[in-house]
Amino acid sequence: MKLNERSLAFYATCDSPADNAGFLYKRGERHTAYHRRWFVLKGNMLFYFEERESREPVGVIVLEGCTVELCDSAEEFAFAIRFGGTKSRTYVLAAESQAAMESWVKSLSRASFDYMRLVVRELEKQLEEMRWGPAGGCGGCRGLPGSWKPKPSVPEQSPERLPALPAIPPKENGCAVWNNAPGAVRPHDSEGNPRPPPLPPRRRASSSEAGGAGAAAAESSSTFCRLHEQYGQEVARLRQDWLERRRGPRP
Amino acid sequence: CADSPRQGLPQDLEPSLGVAELLLCALLKKRLVKLVVNFLFYFRTDEAEPIGALLLEHCRITKEEENVFSISFIEEPERKYCFECDSEEQCQEWIEALKRASYEFMRRSLIFYRNEIQKMTGKDPLEQYGISEEARFQLGTRKQ
Repeated sequence: MKLNERSLAFYATCDSPADNAGFLYKRGERHTAYHRRWFVLKGNMLFYFEERESREPVGVIVLEGCTVELCDSAEEFAFAIRFGGTKSRTYVLAAESQAAMESWVKSLSRASFDYMRLVVRELEKQLEEMRWGPAGGCGGCRGLPGSWKPKPSVPEQSPERLPALPAIPPKENGCAVWNNAPGAVRPHDSEGNPRPPPLPPRRRASSSEAGGAGAAAAESSSTFCRLHEQYGQEVARLRQDWLERRRGPRP
Repeated sequence: CADSPRQGLPQDLEPSLGVAELLLCALLKKRLVKLVVNFLFYFRTDEAEPIGALLLEHCRITKEEENVFSISFIEEPERKYCFECDSEEQCQEWIEALKRASYEFMRRSLIFYRNEIQKMTGKDPLEQYGISEEARFQLGTRKQ
């Protein structure tokens, strides 16, 4: 099967931060001898290199649909990545210390895309409940002057889109650096309690501040979908901006 | 004893957006495409084994002409994999799904939501799952 191996190699060696990296011993497929390899975990991909300085990985293990467990082996600090199904395959690895083994087992067992997706959905749900209330009612603060304003510089923007994310400092290593500085000023209500951010503007022209909670309840699920959509688009757009800016100064 | 990178690909897992038959523009041939996690598998219409797969990290999904989208990769931006859909609607559906299909995109979404919730409630939503300290979920710059 053809694979875009260049892209795989790029992902493995580009400067985006690894989720774990280090030497591990890998048991061979046919022979039970262990070979020391440099392993790099990025996302759901476990790459391994002949040497730490190698420019291309010699292999990759995609960590979906597998379990990570300690295993009985003559080798100390051994653990296994086990795939079930028809193409069942077990990779036996060994770390150089107890601490390293524990660190690897922990990071590998949460490395799947599925797991990440689960956590993202859970947080989306929490955010939805906070904005719209668990019963779908409006969380108040409707009609407050927003400190969020749509970014005027984005060309394809429609006036109804979600307010722009807070000002983002230049990104590093493919990660957005969100403005979570401790000194950040947050709007407070009269009692000095932090005020939740204002709701995004309503998309429908007919809605008004007086429109009751009923309308909010009815559209809460579709509004959430739109919110999800818009967050997704915003993140994707920011990412493209970053990619373009990054490519820009190159000769 | 190096493993081929082809082993262990998740083609048998649940697809994110079902399977669709799209036209691969370069060959003017129809291919079944299946999006599973951050891989796009493609098959000949009547075959069970994929011909190939594209890893969807550091890639760009672009709307081309009507019904057509392309996938290109940051390390080879001029090379585009173009696919023609049956309808504009299907095209948009696949563009949106593919844009979200990267692990790195999801990671950024998670960090964003975590930060939002923390700002609104003063609490870290990941604490209850015991994963606040995981390297992959950290806010701000992550060091190698």
